[in-house]
Amino acid sequence: MDAVIDNLPVFLEGFRNTLGLLVISGVGALILGMIVAGLRISPIASFRGFATVYTEIIRNTPLTLILFFCAFLLPYLQFSPGYFALAVIGLTVYTSPFVAEAVRSGINGVHVGQAEAARSIGLGFGQSLAFVILPQALRMVVPPLINVFIALAKNTSVAGAFFVFELFGAARKVTNDRGDQVLAILLAVAVFYLLITVTLGVIAGRVEKRVAVLR
Amino acid sequence: MTSVLYDAPGPKARRMSRIISLIGIVVIAAGVVALVLALGAPKASANGAVQPGLWDLSRWDVFNDLEVWRSLGRGALATLEMAGVAAVLALLLGVFFSFGRASDTAWIRVPTTIVLEFFRGMPVLLMMLFILLVFSTGSFWAGVAALSVYNGAIIGEALRAGIKALPRGQREAGLAIGLTPIATRLRIEFPQAFRQMLPIIIAQLVVLLKDTSLSFVVGYSELLRVGVRDLTNFFGSRYSFSFFFVVLAIYLAMNLSLSWLARRIARRSGAQGSAPAGKPDSPDPAPAVNRFVGPSGYSGDANGV
Repeated sequence: MDAVIDNLPVFLEGFRNTLGLLVISGVGALILGMIVAGLRISPIASFRGFATVYTEIIRNTPLTLILFFCAFLLPYLQFSPGYFALAVIGLTVYTSPFVAEAVRSGINGVHVGQAEAARSIGLGFGQSLAFVILPQALRMVVPPLINVFIALAKNTSVAGAFFVFELFGAARKVTNDRGDQVLAILLAVAVFYLLITVTLGVIAGRVEKRVAVLR
Repeated sequence: MTSVLYDAPGPKARRMSRIISLIGIVVIAAGVVALVLALGAPKASANGAVQPGLWDLSRWDVFNDLEVWRSLGRGALATLEMAGVAAVLALLLGVFFSFGRASDTAWIRVPTTIVLEFFRGMPVLLMMLFILLVFSTGSFWAGVAALSVYNGAIIGEALRAGIKALPRGQREAGLAIGLTPIATRLRIEFPQAFRQMLPIIIAQLVVLLKDTSLSFVVGYSELLRVGVRDLTNFFGSRYSFSFFFVVLAIYLAMNLSLSWLARRIARRSGAQGSAPAGKPDSPDPAPAVNRFVGPSGYSGDANGV
């Protein structure tokens, strides 16, 4: 136990970096994912095709491979803003198709009857989207989006293998120093991760109850 | 769905949308071509030496060497081996977890729930390191154990949701004809839940296959480690991009074919999958899917609507 208490500053620094990775790449993935989702439901066929190919390729590539590309091959192309920024880029790109799918399924999940009703009472395209479709779609999108962010929180650990000092990196460093107390150290790190994921899970449950669409 | 939102386009609007679509294709194609050319352009590094572009033949001649393909094949086999063993164990664990989670006795249900939440909230990578260091199992079994526990927890949750979504009459009918509660769960509820959740389970197996690449970090020499690290170290960083692209292509081929299978099965079993919602449109009961649930005496179209 003393190995954990002695190294608490190390863990806290790692925790800060994990949270930083989560928040920055979460926001980035949200923006990129919205754009991809928009392309995917756009009336223009070529945009739809492009977004579909992008989604399929990124979703079927292991995160490790993407982060490897960011950490080793981008610097080789003389683009090296530091490993933290590179990891953020990788995590953003990897998470964006999952965000896009969540948003798209939310929009598709709104019943056709809603759109038909909106049209038949005389609302135009913009009006029915703004007043009828999107308010329902966004509510349905929130719980799956939080699940995507929970997965992102766990995925930040992979960045620890690519020179970013976050919780997993902290765990590796401390276990190298104190090989006698591996169990306590790893359980402490697990608690930090659970702090993030369980909190997000509780929020997801709350939001789900609060914004549920009655039908 | 989107077609409901606006009026059917007339000839003018159709021509307009065709023009925009064409412009879109041109823009996207120009972007892709620009990217390819930019990657292919030779460029000077800091010390003045000129590196050849990425599509230069000198970066790809290594693939004439048969030994390179043999190593990549060995790496891919190691990946598939880990994924296969982990998938079987994850399925078994998932069944086990789902029974514990849906148990009637709180003494079994509550601890299982806590354990499941713990496993689901932890990064797989941390579990791998944990198992490697604490149980000193070697990298293969560390990877297999972490992957099967994590994915088993998720499959278990999916199966439990499937059992919960069944109409209550299924269980009551099982009990009424004299089956014990365990036999009811095993022979009546579980086969139906498994079949309903099959698309989700296969999607999870794609995730498992992708996650085998994490064992790169604990030192198992699978496709990623062999392809982008060992081979690059051996043949020089000149080839790093070429190896990266080939490894990416192999991963995409494996994952996309599994995803395609998942989608196919989802389409086949989807129609009569949602029993509580009661969708009337289930023309064929998809005999092929029945093979997955084994000889349980459950025929496809008996699903209570």
